[in-house]
Amino acid sequence: MAEHSAAIAGHHGATEGITKRDFLQLIALSGAAIGSAAIGWTVVDSMNPSKDVLAVSAIDVDLTPITTGMGITVMWQGKPIFVRHRTAAEITSADDVKLAELIDPATDASRIKAGHDEWIVLIGICTHLGCIPLGNKPTDPRGDWGGWFCPCHGSQYDTSGRVRHGPAPLNLALPPYAFEGGTKIMIG
Amino acid sequence: MAGITKSEFKNPLINWIDTRLPVFTMMQKEYGTFPTPKNFNYFWNFGALAMVNLMIMIITGIFLAMNYQPNTTLAFDSVQHIMRDVNYGWLLRYVHQNGASMFFIITYIHILRGMYYGSYKYPRELLWMIGVVILLIMMATAFMGYVLPWGQMSYWGATVITNLFSAFPIVGHPIVTWLWGGFSVDNPTLNRFFSLHYLLPFVLVGVVFLHVAALHITGSNNPLGIEVKGPQDTVPFHPYYTTKDSVGVCVYLMVFALLVFFWPNLLGDPNNFIPANPLQTPADIVPEWYFLPFYAILRSVPNKLGGVCMMFGSILVLFVLPWLDTSPVRSARFRPIFRQVIWLWVAAVVGLGVCGANKPEGIWVVLSRIFTLYYYFHFLVLLPVLGKLERPLPLPESISRPVIGGGPMPAGAAAKPMEKA
Repeated sequence: MAEHSAAIAGHHGATEGITKRDFLQLIALSGAAIGSAAIGWTVVDSMNPSKDVLAVSAIDVDLTPITTGMGITVMWQGKPIFVRHRTAAEITSADDVKLAELIDPATDASRIKAGHDEWIVLIGICTHLGCIPLGNKPTDPRGDWGGWFCPCHGSQYDTSGRVRHGPAPLNLALPPYAFEGGTKIMIG
Repeated sequence: MAGITKSEFKNPLINWIDTRLPVFTMMQKEYGTFPTPKNFNYFWNFGALAMVNLMIMIITGIFLAMNYQPNTTLAFDSVQHIMRDVNYGWLLRYVHQNGASMFFIITYIHILRGMYYGSYKYPRELLWMIGVVILLIMMATAFMGYVLPWGQMSYWGATVITNLFSAFPIVGHPIVTWLWGGFSVDNPTLNRFFSLHYLLPFVLVGVVFLHVAALHITGSNNPLGIEVKGPQDTVPFHPYYTTKDSVGVCVYLMVFALLVFFWPNLLGDPNNFIPANPLQTPADIVPEWYFLPFYAILRSVPNKLGGVCMMFGSILVLFVLPWLDTSPVRSARFRPIFRQVIWLWVAAVVGLGVCGANKPEGIWVVLSRIFTLYYYFHFLVLLPVLGKLERPLPLPESISRPVIGGGPMPAGAAAKPMEKA
């Protein structure tokens, strides 16, 4: 193929500098790369939640049937959500904790909506390895801090959903929600 | 070939891998320096285009399958879900749907190229036969894919095509029941069609690999249809044909994009927007455009088994094409009669397609019978006889001769004198 390499070398000229051909090659290849990336994004994005999944991403929960001391579990985005009606004693015990004692320090006030102290709304997934802790029903084991107890590896949460005993590293997460009047919340 | 490779790559990582697994050396040999006839025209783009199309179909298909439900109660709605809810689902589906049509356009041109320039002749008979296998697998895959959206045309297409097998005596009905997994086209049928529609493209990749491997043994044919005589007749595949193929890919993508973005349902059937109804056959039942010629052959024969045999035979005859064509000259350029009658055959195939799109009554029945007869006449009578009677034009001495004309002989020509073709 001597003649071909000679022909290619001829285009580069004697100086071996940057030629018009190098520029065209760069433009062509980067155009192809940008185009492929743009098309590639569509297949990647097709794996993100679809419009119908996003459409059911908010739910309303009526609070009136939940008596004091009881909690319910509702499903939101395929996840269990704990909605618990706390007793006065549970609110006090959640409030009185020194932050220094906590594994993942957070005040009770930061975990509830102001003026709705009796309601705590949590994503009911243990922050250790994803089990659902027990404790919504008063007859469930609630651990030493009266909140929730995870049966998988023994993590314990207090009445504010804060982790008090490992192996879980973090407090139960809070879903986005808002009160709609006094007796209804919208999650999502 | 035991023993490590002596790799010539400078990059240490590539060299390390290449020494142990010489994929880089192989790619360099098969797609880099691979000596390719220097006189290709744009018809030699279509093999590469088919490869690109196959990749597009596999990629879009995998992502569609993530959202599709192969169940008779869910399939139609899941396709609508893809079209409306899934991010870019409409794009994935329209690319996949129109990609099937693009695949057949490309493949049919690729086949016609092979027929026009005699690419099926010695020593490329097996290469050609593997290509016919590819066509058959493609057809099966396309048919089963068309069933998946579970519209009216999907359902009735599946019913009609599977019933073709009932034409065979004794074994016919048991075969149809076996294909269906029941006593009508139903959920088991849809499930297995989905499974096979997912499997067959990967089988296709394997057979395409054999097709390309065989091609790289014999080397490519070329528009002159004469063998490469030496290095002066070839250029390395890269950058010459990678660039030429890229031009083709750009044009192909433009046509593809026009279909997808402006006329996505041009080649589809409106009846497939109606969910499958096992109790009502649509008034006009037609297959996708790429099956129309074969469908017309089927309908042109007033006998059930005869029609089925003629239809399958119209493709199976391609397997023996290398032996039916008795002319030793490959390219139609040097066959004054063949280069005209090949277009009559093309006209017959197009005519069959038009007949297949119309209701089988009146003039369309007569026409489809004439075209069917001509289709077979071309292969079974014309080609064997023409090879004996036709007086071919003189062949050029070599590929470089007509290219460089009477100019000075290229380097290397002196070392290896050109033989007479």
